[in-house]
Amino acid sequence: MEVTNDNRVLEPAVDIATAAKLSAHVAPPLLPDKPLVSIRPSKSWVALNLRDLWLYRDLLYFLVWRDVKVRYKQTALGVAWAIMQPLFTMLIFSFIFGRLAGIKSDGVPYPLFAYAGLLSWTFFANAVTSSGNSLVGSANLITKVYFPRLLIPVAAVIAGLVDFAIAFLLLAVLMLYYRVALTWNILMLPVLMLLTTLLAIGVGMWMSALNVKYRDIRYALPFVIQLWFFASPIIYPASIFQHWRWLLAFNPMAGLIEGYRAALYGRPFDWPMLALSSGLTLALLTYAAFTFRRMEKGFADII
Amino acid sequence: MQPIIRVENLGKQYHLGASQAPYATLRDTLVGAVRAPFRRWQSRAENSSNTFWAVKDVSFEIAPGEVVGIIGRNGAGKSTLLKLLSRITEPTTGGIDLYGRVGSLLEVGTGFHPELSGRENIFLNGAILGMHRQEIARKFDEIVEFAEVEKFLDTPVKHYSSGMYVRLAFAVAAHLEPEILIVDEVLAVGDAQFQKKCLGKMNDVAQQGRTVLFVSHNMGAVNQLCTRALQIAVGQVKNFGPTREIVTDYLSEMFKASSGDLAQLRTTRDEGNIRFTRIELSATGGTTLSFGQTVEYILTVEADVDMDELSIGSSVFNLSGHCVGSLVTREQFAVAAGNTVTLRLSVPGTNLAPGSYYASFSIGRGGHEGLRQDLDAIIGMPAFQVLPISDERDPVANWNPNWGAVVFREAHLTTE
Repeated sequence: MEVTNDNRVLEPAVDIATAAKLSAHVAPPLLPDKPLVSIRPSKSWVALNLRDLWLYRDLLYFLVWRDVKVRYKQTALGVAWAIMQPLFTMLIFSFIFGRLAGIKSDGVPYPLFAYAGLLSWTFFANAVTSSGNSLVGSANLITKVYFPRLLIPVAAVIAGLVDFAIAFLLLAVLMLYYRVALTWNILMLPVLMLLTTLLAIGVGMWMSALNVKYRDIRYALPFVIQLWFFASPIIYPASIFQHWRWLLAFNPMAGLIEGYRAALYGRPFDWPMLALSSGLTLALLTYAAFTFRRMEKGFADII
Repeated sequence: MQPIIRVENLGKQYHLGASQAPYATLRDTLVGAVRAPFRRWQSRAENSSNTFWAVKDVSFEIAPGEVVGIIGRNGAGKSTLLKLLSRITEPTTGGIDLYGRVGSLLEVGTGFHPELSGRENIFLNGAILGMHRQEIARKFDEIVEFAEVEKFLDTPVKHYSSGMYVRLAFAVAAHLEPEILIVDEVLAVGDAQFQKKCLGKMNDVAQQGRTVLFVSHNMGAVNQLCTRALQIAVGQVKNFGPTREIVTDYLSEMFKASSGDLAQLRTTRDEGNIRFTRIELSATGGTTLSFGQTVEYILTVEADVDMDELSIGSSVFNLSGHCVGSLVTREQFAVAAGNTVTLRLSVPGTNLAPGSYYASFSIGRGGHEGLRQDLDAIIGMPAFQVLPISDERDPVANWNPNWGAVVFREAHLTTE
């Protein structure tokens, strides 16, 4: 929106009685002994400053709320998109890979098999994409007001959780249709969702920081995500690699996707693979957070 | 007394051209996606000498409860100083200690989302400015009342008029309750009525014992609101002291540098499609006029696109920054794309008393009927002096400045 400057030159002086001028104001507040904020040039690696993040928790809430609200306000189909994207991809993949190519699916009906992978992958890919572009898209905020910049990419990922939850509704319908019974394995589902979210935050915040400096990221990211899709056991089971499958575990999404299938369809967990994926996720998240903090100080100057 | 803000040897260095990201074609980009990091590092290394200090060796202290005006020409480093104080950008050298919570208002409506309603934007904007949810909820009614937008609370702000938008945005910001409030020229928006309200609000804030830092080109407002003024020139503190002295010094400097760069005196933020390229006084005596002499200005205006129904607005200010008088021309003019026009503006019968003045100009539309909208505005030139000499026998030779800036020379006294 354009803000015009009405009467800027014509009426600049505003007549407030000079008496109101503060020659004698009320008693000044008591000041703390130590500065509340001490601004110094930072070293190359800086602390995460979790206290600041906590202070601004309400802003995180409102940023997520804004993203969700705006998304559903602007699209005609609204919530339906959250289901259509994985649903139609699943139908196409079921036809091509399940029917035509006859890819094995570890004994689970191929549509179910593919949907579990697509569900988590769609969340991850959308979250990383919007998170990766979030900082550049918030340039006006970054140059005008202070708040922990980490909140922006984190909020973009969390906003994606709404779609993720909606897509689970379709999964419930599919499971009823194929008469798949729930097992105690389902208890792992929240853990897997948390890990997927953390992984998306890690990759997203890292990419968002790099994106500020190198705008190439915006173009490279969709490409990388597409390659990553094929490197993850979404349309094929991890078992087709047989005794090389541990290699696949170096892709943290691989362990998580296999984990979703185990949790949802009552198949045995591949614990070593899941442990490796979880470890990598946490390592990546930590690395990304510190990298972000290191690059953060330059954001306002180069964005 | 212990200061609430302490700034020591503060410096901020920028790399020239570092903010440019030239990406032309998709093909370049795909190739660049692989090579770009290395190319960037190389160019950064080559340009390492190509730096400048936007702020350098700045030190000052501000006591709690003070209202300090920061003045200086465009490009002097005021905005960088505010960005450093608000933690938006990090200093290269030195440091700042803040003994209180800071709320900064560098722009009105930061983070407003056009698709969201007024109600929703109040919460979003409040959170962005650092307020908690309960705090916003508590002040919600007060904010709505201040902004005068009750009827449109559930309308998306994209349908708001610019006046409503600004009112709402300022209302949220005005209800921040930090110990230190940093404000950048936000009062320059909105209509006169609302400006008055904003200044009043800032006055309240200051009277509650809070500290205010206030950047403005409006010397009148600085004079009225601020106890002390900090003058910045070329990134350094040039003067810091009682407002009246600093403002007078600053304004009288404009005399010496009256032929200065227009860009430094421009108050419209963004380069528009039309602008003044030259403003000068057409006087035989240089920058001095005798009392009663018609003031004539020669204005050169350049436009990028075809524009018509334009008029010129102009005001005259005295050395304390108070506006003495204004005009909007009845005559309109047009400029064709890519052309420049030279205009002569004569202002007879001003009756300006002997003293020093400076002028301001705007290119805009409206003003006689409806609100005036400025497309380009320059404050601070040309500066001129009215000498206490007159062609006729006017009583100006011993004019006392306390008598004001206008001589009522048509006055008549008769005996009945």
